[in-house]
Amino acid sequence: MNDALDVAVRLLIVFAVFLVLPLVIGQTEHKVMAHMQGRLGPMYAGGFHGWAQLVADGVKFAQKEDVVPAGADRRIFQLAPAVALLPYLLVLLVIPIGPSEGAVGQVIDAGIFFVLAVMGVGVLGSLMAGWASANKFSLLGGLRTAAQLLAYELPMLLAAASVAMAAGTVSLPGILNAFEWWWLPWQIVGALVFFTAGLAELQRPPFDMPVADSEIIFGAYTEYTGLRFALFLLAEYAGIVVICGLTTVLFLGGWHGPMGADGLGWFWTLLKTAVLAFVVIWLRVSYPRMREDQLQRLAWTTLIPLALAQIALTGVVKVVI
Amino acid sequence: MSPIPGSGLAKGLAVTLRTMTKKTVTAQYPDAQPELPPRTRGVIGLFEENCTVCMLCARECPDWCIYIDSHKETTPPAAPGGRERSRNVLDRFAIDFSLCMYCGICIEVCPFDALFWSPEFEYAETDIRELTHERDKLREWMWTVPAPPALDPAAEEPKEIAAARKSAEKLAAARAASAAPAEPAPGGTAPAEPAPGKATPGEAAPPAGEGGQA
Repeated sequence: MNDALDVAVRLLIVFAVFLVLPLVIGQTEHKVMAHMQGRLGPMYAGGFHGWAQLVADGVKFAQKEDVVPAGADRRIFQLAPAVALLPYLLVLLVIPIGPSEGAVGQVIDAGIFFVLAVMGVGVLGSLMAGWASANKFSLLGGLRTAAQLLAYELPMLLAAASVAMAAGTVSLPGILNAFEWWWLPWQIVGALVFFTAGLAELQRPPFDMPVADSEIIFGAYTEYTGLRFALFLLAEYAGIVVICGLTTVLFLGGWHGPMGADGLGWFWTLLKTAVLAFVVIWLRVSYPRMREDQLQRLAWTTLIPLALAQIALTGVVKVVI
Repeated sequence: MSPIPGSGLAKGLAVTLRTMTKKTVTAQYPDAQPELPPRTRGVIGLFEENCTVCMLCARECPDWCIYIDSHKETTPPAAPGGRERSRNVLDRFAIDFSLCMYCGICIEVCPFDALFWSPEFEYAETDIRELTHERDKLREWMWTVPAPPALDPAAEEPKEIAAARKSAEKLAAARAASAAPAEPAPGGTAPAEPAPGKATPGEAAPPAGEGGQA
């Protein structure tokens, strides 16, 4: 009975985090992007500096009609948003935010494997949407998503493998327990590769070729309306939470901080995640979209060699010490 | 090719970060009224006392958006045995702001200063026909016309003031010439006083015989 209660509470907390953090990041994006462009951003919704803008957006999405195109593959079309969103919820379950046993939704020994495998499923949602929409723009977006997935999954895996080699474990809490401060410069290349590849996997600018709205309307999401469209958007922001959280855990030492390692672990994790999320927004505002061939070239000729070099460096250092 | 690879990327990030720390340029219009420059072309106000129904504005208007109706009235002669005077009385003056292209030619061309630019701009309507505004509305807008901005420090003197100053100086010279042989003038009277450049045409009444330009 007590176990069941424990599980229920953990699931509830993870679910609440899953619902709240993406909205916080979305609102931050509204405001940060506006101020980086010399604007104010939303100011009316909710009264104080438009804090309730995303709530208002959610209400609007919920009121809209749920349209399924006549030629669409109905069931796949309707299933796609769930496939895009749920993997991030599952990944959130295993990200540790503090040093204690209770600070993680569920400890999984093969944490990195689980995380990377499940996140790969998330991209399938876009593929399903692109194929099932019976729309040429959706199909193009889906194809671009597939190409991006193929290109960027590899450097991401390699960079994560480097950390696993360094720690000698694939468990996320295990990696954090083995973390030393000098891993930061040691794994910095891997961190950059992981973060960049993660951005590309989320289709965030400057890697948003699959949803390039000036060319293919909104890629795989073109035909979606109402709540299903909102779920895709939520998946994007949940993805930011997950990628930033994972980069924090794998490369930035998670709950390790300059002080208060026992009580303040969760604070350091959240702070690092928030800073990374800010960087995600910052990159979106600063850089133009990359062309499809540039995307592929960056992945295959830069990120993968860098990730391999990082693995070699990790191996050499590991043998020496 | 930049000296350090990737310095362009860093520069891009620096630009957005710097912009974020600066003040935004958003004008929160319905909450805060905009500060419009002088001579803003918001709407056209009519000062109908100055209008003589000469129709110049209506004829010069490129898109024919000014409607003027008038009738003629006669006034009795000023002196017995004189001729009756006739004058035009304005019946209707309307501007169709759905046609107006805000060129300002009517205001330029008005010889009697009856039309003015007003910065008022909040007169949107839900029906295009309601954008034809009649004389009462145009008169209301007249009271929103701001005073003309001051001239530049080094600008040429306005024509009216130059003419008034010239006649005042002539008058003062004539007084001085007539007073020099005889005793000094009995007290400084008002017409002789006006300081150069400050007199208005009305105050500096020129003596008979040289009031050509007043």
